[in-house]
Amino acid sequence: MIEAENLTKRYGDKTAVDDLSFTVVPGRVTGFLGPNGAGKSTTMRLLLGLDRPDRGDARIHGRHYRDLNAPLRVVGALLEARAVHTGRSAYNHLLCLAQTQGIGRKRVEEVVELVGLAGAARKRAGGFSLGMGQRLGIAAALLGDPSVLVLDEPVNGLDPEGIVWVRTLMQRLAAEGRTVFVSSHLMNEMAVTAEHLIVIGRGRLIADCSTEEFIERSTEKTVTVRSPDAARLADIVAAEGGKAAPGDDGLLTVTNMEAPRVGELAAAEGIVLHELTPTRGSLETAFMELTRESVEYGAAAGAVPAPGPAPGAVPGIVPSEEGEPR
Amino acid sequence: MTTATAKPATGPAGYDRPGFGRVMLAEWTKIRTVRSTLWSLILLIVLDIGFTALFVGLTMAQWDKTDPGDRARIAADPVSFILGSGFFLGQLTICVLGVLVIASEYSTGMIRASLLAVPRRLPMLWAKALVFALVVLVLGVAVSFVSFFVGAAIIGDRMEVSLGDEGVLRAVIGGGLYLAMLGLFALAIGAIVRHTAGGITGVIGFVLVLAPLAALLPGSIGEHVHAYLPSEAGTLIAKAHQGQDDLLTPWQGYGVFALWTFALLALAAFLLNRRDA
Repeated sequence: MIEAENLTKRYGDKTAVDDLSFTVVPGRVTGFLGPNGAGKSTTMRLLLGLDRPDRGDARIHGRHYRDLNAPLRVVGALLEARAVHTGRSAYNHLLCLAQTQGIGRKRVEEVVELVGLAGAARKRAGGFSLGMGQRLGIAAALLGDPSVLVLDEPVNGLDPEGIVWVRTLMQRLAAEGRTVFVSSHLMNEMAVTAEHLIVIGRGRLIADCSTEEFIERSTEKTVTVRSPDAARLADIVAAEGGKAAPGDDGLLTVTNMEAPRVGELAAAEGIVLHELTPTRGSLETAFMELTRESVEYGAAAGAVPAPGPAPGAVPGIVPSEEGEPR
Repeated sequence: MTTATAKPATGPAGYDRPGFGRVMLAEWTKIRTVRSTLWSLILLIVLDIGFTALFVGLTMAQWDKTDPGDRARIAADPVSFILGSGFFLGQLTICVLGVLVIASEYSTGMIRASLLAVPRRLPMLWAKALVFALVVLVLGVAVSFVSFFVGAAIIGDRMEVSLGDEGVLRAVIGGGLYLAMLGLFALAIGAIVRHTAGGITGVIGFVLVLAPLAALLPGSIGEHVHAYLPSEAGTLIAKAHQGQDDLLTPWQGYGVFALWTFALLALAAFLLNRRDA
């Protein structure tokens, strides 16, 4: 169980996390979603006692991280930035962390095996690829068999097989009754991994709900219709209160009306349909809709309002090299 | 800060707090598993013993042509001459290693993992300082003895130097004590600066640059400033007895060095607690 209460953190005159409150409960994967620079990493650092909040409180199992007796046995954390001495081998890195908590060498070997680093454990971590570095970070998180996991962008740099492995691992850990809190800026990844979402933008809470509800609430349902008589069908739909936007090749995109009703109207008028498909926006779309206003480094975030984005341009979510403030 | 949370916990947070010994063991693992430790310490041995042989050898070869004043100064305290020849350069390896031990955690990001494991932070700093000081002390004393025997053998029968002479044994052990304190001094600066290059520059500035500069200050002010500088005061412990020009006794000098070091360690601890990692 993780509780954040009115968390606020400023760096200079920039507010990275702004009055953020949420609770992460055990037994499910909770996704922590937000565009780059939204304050995800800062929030996680506040949870883990690495940064001190200017206001508010973060507790894990009702305690401040600092006050946990054997923190690695309670919380396993993977930080976004690497936290490994480049000159030390993976095995010795894990060993020195384990020794602070009285965790034995056997467990170190177990986690090395578990994350698939057995062949590279004696090599210096400085030579690791991004993906191997992530695996080592995950091994460190699992070292103390913790009941809470805080993972910042765990699939970063992993190959597709690694991504599936992390996803399965997180779901298994959650199914075992652990609290799994995982951040990502990849919306579609969260859609298949997380059951619950906490979405932030510019350090503020935007949504705290189930993944399903998040998509439901923030995307329009549309019906894709194709008919040789599209123009007539569009008029009929409009007369019944729907909205039909015409496209090429007899395509209509209908909003404000369910698919069965469109079918009934077409049948009543004897209009031939070639396609009738209800579609729902993806999490990606929902996320962009919701965070459009709060994108930190977005293309449209400049001081001078652009005269409208080019058709087809994606507003906002532009991954930035600048990352989050340190 | 410990009293409020000293009550044994229950539930998932109910593990025993790992003792300080565990944190020390972890710091021992950290220090022995990076190459910079091994290389710095090998370099210390080579430089210290090599330069003892070189300086003492050259001086003895030139002995008859040496200025009588210098001869008298060396003859008054040959053990200080021998040890000083050794750690004049050898000490730089300890300056570098002391900074590296802590600053490399910041430059690599390891500090975040360390602080997640020891979130109360200060035990990590104390354990690191203690382990490092012990390593340097053991090696420093050993190197000091070797340096002494090498130097004494080269001096041969020109002068009487023996471990049994008054103050000599203390001076030889003092060579190790000086290096251990210097290691802590460097570690404290590394912890304050949190940057490898900056930290090394700072320590070497203190040890090599400040002393000659202070010597340029006029009159008694210059003498006093010079005498109380950390490395100047600290090296007195490696003298058999207080020299004619020394303002401080060996132990007083070491005390001054210790005060500098502990003040910097206290500042490092204060900052470690306060700053975001």
